[in-house]
Amino acid sequence: MKIKALTANEAMAEAMRQINPDVVAAYPITPATEIVQHFASFVADGLVTTEFVPVESEHSAMSACIGAAAAGARVMTSTASQGLALMHEVLYIAAALRLPIVICEINRALSAPINIHCDHSDTFGARDSGWIQIYSEDSQEAYDSVIQAVKIAEEAFLPVMVTADGFILSHAMQRIEVLEDEEVKEFLGEPKTPYTVLDTDNPITVGPLDLQDYFFEHKRQEAEAMRLAPPIIEKVGKEFGERFGRYYGLVDPYRLEDAEVAVVVMGSTAGTAKEVVDKLREEGKPAGLLRMRVLRPLPLKEIVENLRDKKVIGVMDRAEGMSGFGGPLYTEIRSGLYDVPSHPPLYNYIYGLGGRDIKPEEIEEIFKELFDAAAGKEIPLVNYKGVRE
Amino acid sequence: MPFDLKELSKEKDLFAPGHRACAGCGPAIVMRQIMAVAGKDTVVGFATGCMEVVSTIFPYTAWRVPYIHVAFENAAAVISGVEAAYKALKRKGKINKKINFIAIAGDGGTYDIGIQALSGALERGHNFLYVCYDNQAYMNTGIQRSGATPLGAHTTTSPAGDVIPGKVQWRKDLTEIVAAHGIPYAAQASPSHWNDLMEKVKKALETEGPAFINVLAPCPVGWYFSPERTIKIAKLAVDTLFWPLYEVENGKHRITYKPRKPKPVEEWLKEQGRFRHLFQEKNRWIIEEFQRQVNERWERLLRLEEASL
Repeated sequence: MKIKALTANEAMAEAMRQINPDVVAAYPITPATEIVQHFASFVADGLVTTEFVPVESEHSAMSACIGAAAAGARVMTSTASQGLALMHEVLYIAAALRLPIVICEINRALSAPINIHCDHSDTFGARDSGWIQIYSEDSQEAYDSVIQAVKIAEEAFLPVMVTADGFILSHAMQRIEVLEDEEVKEFLGEPKTPYTVLDTDNPITVGPLDLQDYFFEHKRQEAEAMRLAPPIIEKVGKEFGERFGRYYGLVDPYRLEDAEVAVVVMGSTAGTAKEVVDKLREEGKPAGLLRMRVLRPLPLKEIVENLRDKKVIGVMDRAEGMSGFGGPLYTEIRSGLYDVPSHPPLYNYIYGLGGRDIKPEEIEEIFKELFDAAAGKEIPLVNYKGVRE
Repeated sequence: MPFDLKELSKEKDLFAPGHRACAGCGPAIVMRQIMAVAGKDTVVGFATGCMEVVSTIFPYTAWRVPYIHVAFENAAAVISGVEAAYKALKRKGKINKKINFIAIAGDGGTYDIGIQALSGALERGHNFLYVCYDNQAYMNTGIQRSGATPLGAHTTTSPAGDVIPGKVQWRKDLTEIVAAHGIPYAAQASPSHWNDLMEKVKKALETEGPAFINVLAPCPVGWYFSPERTIKIAKLAVDTLFWPLYEVENGKHRITYKPRKPKPVEEWLKEQGRFRHLFQEKNRWIIEEFQRQVNERWERLLRLEEASL
């Protein structure tokens, strides 16, 4: 193990170097560009044996990844925002062809207006594409999760995107514990891919036309793979913890057990919110936090177990779902708690769009409003924090 | 060395019979001709389109070689990935044999929606062959105009109406666009001249780096002709100089077949229902313009050939 000062971009690129994938097909986009740059340097310096395909667009990046994975290669790429949106069509195909591709995704707002800073609207846009989604609280987790993602993808035969918040993590230096190359190699083992189009003695047809009499069965199987993914993610997180000392699960509860009021967050905001929880606890207020590390598959059991007995819940969304009724995480958590008898009231806080900072004081305000609600005060269901109205 | 039909007929078709192409389908003939040369150690990457739809209706497949279809616009990108994986795995000693990589798409998937992915793959220099079966419109979705549709042609999105007489634009010269990438081999072929086509496929597959062949693939349904006339119409396209057979090898143009006595383009046009309206008196000027364009392009090609000597 080595200690290094790295940004999330550098940490994810370092993980990619250690994974040494067979093929990387990628296209630059702010704020994920550095990942491709660093990786290109690794290739140029002979530090990896990867075949690097510097494609002409993100659509082609994912298309080439699909081709390479279908040829039995271990395959990775990186992107953000508009890039992920441009991949949208082929994301579904990667998942449905059950190809274990890994994306290092840096969260950035979607146009318009054009903006290069963090929010989660890009990966929320890919929520239903059949990809496992893992969100990172910090760069250490981004690094650790990228390594785990390869193993998860190759066990679930589903593609995985690991995300880190744009600029907040992608460009901020952090102390990172980096594993030895050998440790990563040993942890991952040889690539496991579901089939190969390179076996010309046993030709297969990949991506056939699938009509009314088979399509449904195939989608049903894909859905089943997603349903079976949580134990795989947990197993890999546990194994990673046992080997390297950092354990990961589907969700990350913080001072939640005896909390009366809880917020649900994703990404780097969790770090700030945990500080606020500590402060409130010092003041004797029973505050807690649930960080969603995995959004797809939706950890329904964990949502229920962790939140069922809370008095009031606030869901913080760094995305606007344009549903007319709150952000996308809000509707997910709200739906997750539906089966809990007398489920707690849930309030939504949409914040931080386009990289707008979220300050500890603002999170404190959110908690204050939630405690007020717990005391019987009426507050709106959907709220915007930190916006000029 | 010309191909021997008798010998070829003994080989098992790698594009198997039983697929669901229409009677007289030009592209289906092209598939057989390509695969007869390519042989079994070939991976085919397909764009969405007629040939994809008719050949792989699950749980059936007409492909006796590995085949991958992902989407419409990305055949070149997908085959780039397959070829990259092959290189990586070969380097690691996981695979040894020589494999051909062929991307196949129609004119919609090549001239229009797929041109970016094609251009990128050519520029990156992957070792692959891209075949465009050019049937001059979006036939799979029901005969809509494409960048390959010729002047005056009736399609369902360039209909011959009372005011507008079919497609009002000339077509893209995709073969030249591709050749302008400076790739080692680009060619135009027609299934009517099967030996020429197969020689080109052979040459393309032996080429190190990207190769491209644009094959005219008449469509009885979209061009409105009787299915037994497919090859005749392909031949007329060559003999009227509408579809010159030529190749561009390392930047040098060579016309591989020069009709001794070129026919007026009208003879090709009149065989097809999509041009029927051009023979009305008020539209005759389009035929003249068509002929002018064909002449001009042929002259240009002759000059390019001469400059290559």
